[in-house]
Amino acid sequence: MSATSSTIVNLPDQRTAALPKRHYLNNEDGLLSWLFTGDHKRIAILYLISITFFFFIGGAFAGLIRLELLTPQPDLVASDTYNKFFSMHGIVMIFLFLVPSVPATLGNFLIPIMLGAKDLAFPKINLLSWYLYWVGGLFTLAALVLGGVDTGWTFTTPLSTHYLNTHVVTAATGVFIIGFSSIFTGLNFIVTIHRMRAPGMTWFRMPLFCWSNYAASILMVLGTPVLAITLVLVALERLVGIGVFDPTKGGDPLLFQHLFWFYSHPAVYIMILPGMGVISEVISTFSRKRVFGYTAVAFSSVAIALFGFFVWAHHMFIMGVSNYSALVFSLLTMLVAVPSAIKIFNWAFTLQKGSITFETPMLYAFGFLGLFTIGGMTGVFLGALGMDIHLTETYFIVAHFHFVMVGGMLMAFLAGIHFWWPKMTGRMYPESLSKLAAVTTFIGFNLTFLPQFILGYLGMPRRYHAYPPEFQVLNVLSTAGATVLGVGYMLPLLYLGWSLKYGAIAGNNPWQATGLEWQIQSPPLTENFIEIPIVDHEAYDYEWLAHKTAHEVTTVG
Amino acid sequence: MHISPVLWQFLVKWLNASALFPREASTIAPYADALYFFLLLITVVGLTLVGILIFGFSIRYRKEKHPVAIQVEGSTLLEATWTIIPLALFLIVFVWGALLYFRIYNPPTNAMNIYVVGKQWMWKAEHPGGQHEINALHVPSGRPVQLTMISQDVFHSFSIPDFRVKREVIPGRYSTVWFEATIPGTYHIFCTQYCGTNHSQMIGEVTVLSPDDYDKWTQESTSGMSLAQNGERMFASMGCNACHSGSAAARGPNLAGVYGSKLQLANGSQVVVNDAYLRDAILNPSQHITAGYAPIMPTYQGQISEDGLIDLVEYIKAMQNNYRVQQTLTTSQSNQAAPTTPGMVKP
Repeated sequence: MSATSSTIVNLPDQRTAALPKRHYLNNEDGLLSWLFTGDHKRIAILYLISITFFFFIGGAFAGLIRLELLTPQPDLVASDTYNKFFSMHGIVMIFLFLVPSVPATLGNFLIPIMLGAKDLAFPKINLLSWYLYWVGGLFTLAALVLGGVDTGWTFTTPLSTHYLNTHVVTAATGVFIIGFSSIFTGLNFIVTIHRMRAPGMTWFRMPLFCWSNYAASILMVLGTPVLAITLVLVALERLVGIGVFDPTKGGDPLLFQHLFWFYSHPAVYIMILPGMGVISEVISTFSRKRVFGYTAVAFSSVAIALFGFFVWAHHMFIMGVSNYSALVFSLLTMLVAVPSAIKIFNWAFTLQKGSITFETPMLYAFGFLGLFTIGGMTGVFLGALGMDIHLTETYFIVAHFHFVMVGGMLMAFLAGIHFWWPKMTGRMYPESLSKLAAVTTFIGFNLTFLPQFILGYLGMPRRYHAYPPEFQVLNVLSTAGATVLGVGYMLPLLYLGWSLKYGAIAGNNPWQATGLEWQIQSPPLTENFIEIPIVDHEAYDYEWLAHKTAHEVTTVG
Repeated sequence: MHISPVLWQFLVKWLNASALFPREASTIAPYADALYFFLLLITVVGLTLVGILIFGFSIRYRKEKHPVAIQVEGSTLLEATWTIIPLALFLIVFVWGALLYFRIYNPPTNAMNIYVVGKQWMWKAEHPGGQHEINALHVPSGRPVQLTMISQDVFHSFSIPDFRVKREVIPGRYSTVWFEATIPGTYHIFCTQYCGTNHSQMIGEVTVLSPDDYDKWTQESTSGMSLAQNGERMFASMGCNACHSGSAAARGPNLAGVYGSKLQLANGSQVVVNDAYLRDAILNPSQHITAGYAPIMPTYQGQISEDGLIDLVEYIKAMQNNYRVQQTLTTSQSNQAAPTTPGMVKP
């Protein structure tokens, strides 16, 4: 054990660390070398820039929504405009930010390295998926610039097919294309994880980040085609009136919702699972302890992915689905909540007997644990049949969804970005400023969305441009919180940009983490590893790391 | 300490109006709130537990106090604990929620029925006695009320938060919800399903009256014609009575007393005749041929508004014998000028 305690002391001083001469960022120069790259790390950076761009577009719409809701009267913009705001906010945030957020950036960057591979299985398909993302993104932007779309992100028929004059088909085409980008990413991950693990990297030696991305990939590959088909049907219904969803032609408008939620419920697990992977890595690293119950955490990801496909109708409890199918879907919803609870407790117990430090990624991860617990528990409110009747379609849903997606996923994303920033760029972010950002985000988030739970129980419907005056106080609180939250999200953009040039040199392994990605230089070489590593230890084996480090120091000294 | 007067006004208004919980104004509300408080309780307990674990471990095992981590694999016992306890709690919630769901969605048999038609962007309520209301609904307290609802265009959703009831209003399909209001007063009606530009204007007020006031209101605001009477005029004017005359040689089935009965269809299936069946059979007759009859009825899709369909359904529901059908038949044959479709709306 003395070896473990002395390793930290024996570390090469970070101040003397230098950027490696050759790495993936300077390996080739020029814009074209980026646009035609097959390097998963460069594609990850391209994705990171792209999703950040769309995040701030979506965020701007969120800001406008909250600004309008400061007053009960519809006074800032016209109702049509307001409807376009929340539609654009939803479409951009979900399809262009949340779905690709962790998998396409951190997943792309890290999964091959964590597995000990030189790249993903299909580098060109990986690049294609980024181009598809942008084609879809441009369609979405075109819908916005041409005058917007006001279907909401759910494209509900018959509103979207028969009653709106906005750019529904353009936006749907955008989402359709982005869907393929996500399918390709998922396919790439699945094949890579199956076929390209380094010698000795068995399934149960993989970091949990790989497990959770694997589970999310299965959902992407199996779920997204259903969304694509549904959107094609919406477009056909709108353009030529095929009548699949039109009751006057013998179609069923509820069928649309079944199909849509068959994708869109698993989609929330596509969004959250990779984030859970990040949390496993971060909590383990900063408590210097293996993740408690590795197999339970790994299998709970898979369980969430499997159950996730069979709960879609819980979005439709008040739609007149049969009582018995409502019962089944409610029961399955309760079951899918259990693996999430298991994960929370496993993460909490990872801290036990650890040696905990509180760097920024850890603060974000703690934020995730708290907010995701609330988000998950309020999901149980909504899964309970009778409670759902009162809560659905109100601000309670809005708050629940944002607790899971923003409080959960975005916290996890920021935890991951800070955690792997030294690896991706070779430089450290400023620690105290980033801690301030983490705390600001947490406070701002709670101030924004806790009042919305109360609003929801009071009955304020979502997507309302105007509301009864008695709801104003809570809305003002929420808007105030959104302002704080906005500051919390602007800060990382600024200081991370700053750190690219002025940040301290990180060195290979600033956190003393165990993953394979931390055993190579930062930023990594284009080919990741000089020679393919042979894995002879489990993930999160801090004793292995201690021996390795001790050995290195002796060799050098 | 100075509080801005604007802020102060907000707070006072908020505390006076509704504070943290909506009013409990129906018999269902206390049941819904009970489950809500239970759920809040387990959320708070769960959150506190997670908080204690995180903060407790963070303080106890922070690096300054605990420089060397002790590696632990896991514990099957603990895993089982935090699998089984949440599962048990969630199953309790499931059963409780299911019971509440059935309570909210299974109307008592003695409920009085009111029709609601949703359209962009208004709620139209039609009382059997012929009272029409827009964005308003008058109901008596202490008496179960069932709403039979349908949308004329897109999905809407009828929600009365203070009653804790809500139901999707679907195009082309009747959906129902019921409640028994307890306290006279006015309460919000919201459309909670996004339905286009003026979604947030699709609001109204439900006025709960004491039974006496309600009777007074019914008498004062009747349009003079009940829904069934409107339906009867339509039945004659659309020529329904030509085939559905009830005579033995008629080309269409006898409709008197058909409501609530079990019907043998030409395709071999059996159906119970309810509102939804009647509506579908008018709009889409070829799918609903009564055994023994030829599929000769034309579709009325697009020819009758949802209001008109409600009138017809009400009429057929109330039809006990064919005396008046045959009488109108003779009248309409002798006099081709049939009355026009009534669409009177009391503003």
